[in-house]
Amino acid sequence: MRRGLMLVPLALFLLVVVFLYRGLYLNPAELPSAMIGKPFPEFSLPSVQGDKTLTRADLLGKPALVNVWGTWCISCRVEHPVLNKLAEQGVLIYGIDYKDDNAAALKWLAEFHNPYQLNIRDDDGNLGLNLGVYGAPETFFIDAKGVIRDKYVGVIDEAVWREQLAARYQALIDEARP
Amino acid sequence: MKRLLAAAVLALGLAGVAHAAIDTYVFANDAERARFRELTQELRCPKCQNQDIADSNAPIAADLRKEIFRLLEEGKDDQQIIDFMVDRYGDFVRYKPALNAKTALLWFGPAGLLLAGLVVMAVIVRRRRAAPTDGSDALSPEERKRLDHLLEAKTDD
Repeated sequence: MRRGLMLVPLALFLLVVVFLYRGLYLNPAELPSAMIGKPFPEFSLPSVQGDKTLTRADLLGKPALVNVWGTWCISCRVEHPVLNKLAEQGVLIYGIDYKDDNAAALKWLAEFHNPYQLNIRDDDGNLGLNLGVYGAPETFFIDAKGVIRDKYVGVIDEAVWREQLAARYQALIDEARP
Repeated sequence: MKRLLAAAVLALGLAGVAHAAIDTYVFANDAERARFRELTQELRCPKCQNQDIADSNAPIAADLRKEIFRLLEEGKDDQQIIDFMVDRYGDFVRYKPALNAKTALLWFGPAGLLLAGLVVMAVIVRRRRAAPTDGSDALSPEERKRLDHLLEAKTDD
């Protein structure tokens, strides 16, 4: 009994150590998204290229990545070649050009190649706000019915795709198969 | 020259005030202004996480201030505005998190620890009090004899 009591402080100490150790490797910039499991918000916005009006219905039908980007976003430039590569492999990617200058966006797409199937022009960031975007790049995973299933904040590089995201995308594809 | 110096000093004085983010919103009345201030101070900037959105200069904080202003103008009440933000950014954006199963530990943890500490202290104090004071503290006959001897030796000097 006595001896057991004496171990209590040690046990508490070890518990604290475990928590603090875990804390060392947590990324505080990665917030759990409140949007996971919710339908992609309704919108009606122009496209970056051409003069189409895009709505939520345009995103439905197939699982896809919805990538929030902007020409002002330096890390998006780092991410862009990876998106190009993914698009080449057949990954369906939609873009949201978030709070950007459209001329700059067109130039960017012409210069760096366009991996996006559709590109939504979100000039005043309203769609971004409804999505809970707080910095680009952010990438949402939507399923065929337009429900947000996952979200990745930060640059998708090849390692991130290979180790974390490819499996999630594949799971959505498998799910959509009849 | 003197005037220039005075202007410079005045400008320095202004620099101190200029650190808070400044937007120009025109409020219908003072109550609305106060609500705006309260809401922006209670919501956390998702990008710069240790600042509230009233204080932050991040573009996202400016957007959120604009959105809060818009919602206020629409006549939404405080709870609706907070819910709007939580729906998009999660419980994280509240400096005063809602009380639910996820945040219970956060709310009651400190009080629980304090309570546990008090209980431990009470137990220790009670045990000490209950410990027998007779017998163990009293001197045995040999000890008493030795004490007497020592005291006597002292007085003999």
